[in-house]
Amino acid sequence: MDIHEYQAKECFRSVGIPVPPGRVVGTPEEAEVAAEKYGGTVVIKAQVHSGGRGKAGGVKLAKHPVEARDYASQILGMDINGLSVDKILITPAEDIDTEAYVGVLLDRKAQAATFMVSPEGGIDIEEVARTSPSAIRKLSVDPRYGMLPHQAYWLASFLYDDPNLVNQARKIIAQLYDAFVGSGASMAEINPLITTPAGVVKAIDAKMSIDDSELFRRPEIAEMRDTSSEPPSETKAREAGLSYVKLEGDVGCCVNGAGLAMATMDLVKYYGGEPANFLDIGGSSNPDKVVAALEIITSDPKVKVILFNIFGGITRCDDVANGIIEATENIDIELPIVIRLTGTNEDLALKILEDAGLSAYTSMDEVVEKAVELAGAA
Amino acid sequence: MAILIDSDTRVVVQGITGRDGSFHTREMMAYGTRVVAGVTPGKGSQMFEGPNGSSVPIFNGMDEAVRETGADTSVIYVPPRFAAGAILEAAEAGVDLIVAITEGIPVLDMARAHAFARDRGVRVLGPNCPGLISPGKSKVGILPGQIVAEGPIGVVSRSGTLTYEAVFQLTTAGLGQTTCVGIGGDPLIGTNFISCLEAFEEDSETTAVVMIGEIGGTDEQEAAAYVKENMSKPVVGFIAGQTAPPGRRMGHAGAIISGSSGTAEEKIRVFNENGISVAIRPADIVGLLKSRLA
Repeated sequence: MDIHEYQAKECFRSVGIPVPPGRVVGTPEEAEVAAEKYGGTVVIKAQVHSGGRGKAGGVKLAKHPVEARDYASQILGMDINGLSVDKILITPAEDIDTEAYVGVLLDRKAQAATFMVSPEGGIDIEEVARTSPSAIRKLSVDPRYGMLPHQAYWLASFLYDDPNLVNQARKIIAQLYDAFVGSGASMAEINPLITTPAGVVKAIDAKMSIDDSELFRRPEIAEMRDTSSEPPSETKAREAGLSYVKLEGDVGCCVNGAGLAMATMDLVKYYGGEPANFLDIGGSSNPDKVVAALEIITSDPKVKVILFNIFGGITRCDDVANGIIEATENIDIELPIVIRLTGTNEDLALKILEDAGLSAYTSMDEVVEKAVELAGAA
Repeated sequence: MAILIDSDTRVVVQGITGRDGSFHTREMMAYGTRVVAGVTPGKGSQMFEGPNGSSVPIFNGMDEAVRETGADTSVIYVPPRFAAGAILEAAEAGVDLIVAITEGIPVLDMARAHAFARDRGVRVLGPNCPGLISPGKSKVGILPGQIVAEGPIGVVSRSGTLTYEAVFQLTTAGLGQTTCVGIGGDPLIGTNFISCLEAFEEDSETTAVVMIGEIGGTDEQEAAAYVKENMSKPVVGFIAGQTAPPGRRMGHAGAIISGSSGTAEEKIRVFNENGISVAIRPADIVGLLKSRLA
């Protein structure tokens, strides 16, 4: 789960990382008041879960409060990569001498939190890692011991020569590790970490993603979720315990298991169709989940056909068939439904579905071809 | 022969009295797995009732369970909050293999647990995996026993039901399996593709391997390089997620394209470059395998 810049900065402040003050507002008038309070030049920053905010015009410098109000009214409601801006951060502008990059993420190969730092700030770290790896210093933190003092120093000394700056940076790096572990993050980034002409090191931007599996034990972070940044269907799916990602096509997919769900989407494309979604109903044949899945799929007006692909392993196909019938009786669905069920008790399941007037298949290819054909005809 | 588990494998079930744990313990026992112990703190000295009048002793802790029964493999059905702790306990108790079924374990917990197990020379399979099955010998986890058959094909996969789909097609086509291994859909897993490929290469009964990957990470790419360098046996591959959008987690915590890395396109290309026959549809796996074995 991504959190906003202002939330990540709050988290950074709580571990002691120097971050300029800021106020989050939702109207131009509040922006003016905030700018008034800080005095001098302020930065107005759109709070959306998207990169490239600056390029999209979502970050502006305002020299006085009235200008701040004008920019705020431009930015609020702006569309940045499909996301509408409804919150902005007002923060005093800093005098910048140098910009560096400090980031940490969970590296799959090292199986550990891995830092990457670079004296070049404001960069796309993935791009730099590919094109000029020597501009990056990398360190994996052993989860048994945590960040050791000499390691933080080693990273910091790659950023600066001045011992005073190195000393400040090593503290910030150690604190960033604390913030990362303390909030169950999968990624945390300061880009840029600046130095001021007065020789102070500060984080003027902050980015964090939290491991979804941590949220059950961190309710205060779970509350930071901004549901306005996702389609309502995704919010509903999460609440129903379903794994769902909305896509742009017209074949609604309902599958058990994430791998099979992806393979089903791929097969829709293979037969010339476009999947409307990824949806994993899990191993359960619980009719409530099937009902929720159908409601979510049919709430997308683009969907022209509903495709079930169920592999009954431990889950019995006849249970799933009964779940589908119960679900279709409880909600009114006008769209065609095609179903593929195979595995344990498939004969029973096919009979149950046919008796209810639903078409059922046992081959994944056949059912996907049929679904694509129906979507094309609708 | 088989890899990782066979008919001598002695299994202890952590979380044996839970809903999933008790159900799958009975399924494992019905399949013929030698389940020798269960662990649920506070329920020690009770007996777990298996199928057909069989029973298994329950212990409060792993140390006692392993000492009393000689269990060498643990399978974990403990909820996410306690699962990493269960892995640490199993590793300390001295089993050889820990199969972690649980989905949703915090990744930072797993970073510690993997390091702890590695230090003790204990292999972890998973987490967030369906476990493994050596047809006719033993199954540890949740793979359905009725879709597999004994035979010469090794199967290794990051997914659950997609594996069942592929295995079912193999079985239907008369291609039985030595062992089917689900390595798990999490970003940090204990046993990777390479480790399973190594074991299949060494296993005298395995003649070919099916490798089922998905978007996210570089495990498949590294495995492909390994296949080219080290494997004499043919490998057929499939990658799920060709239509997955970047930056979105597709169900599995590890199934996410970060930036431009970990796409299905990239993995398929690397498979092709390294002599792995790539099935574009799951239905193509059997045909490719037959042509490689011909």
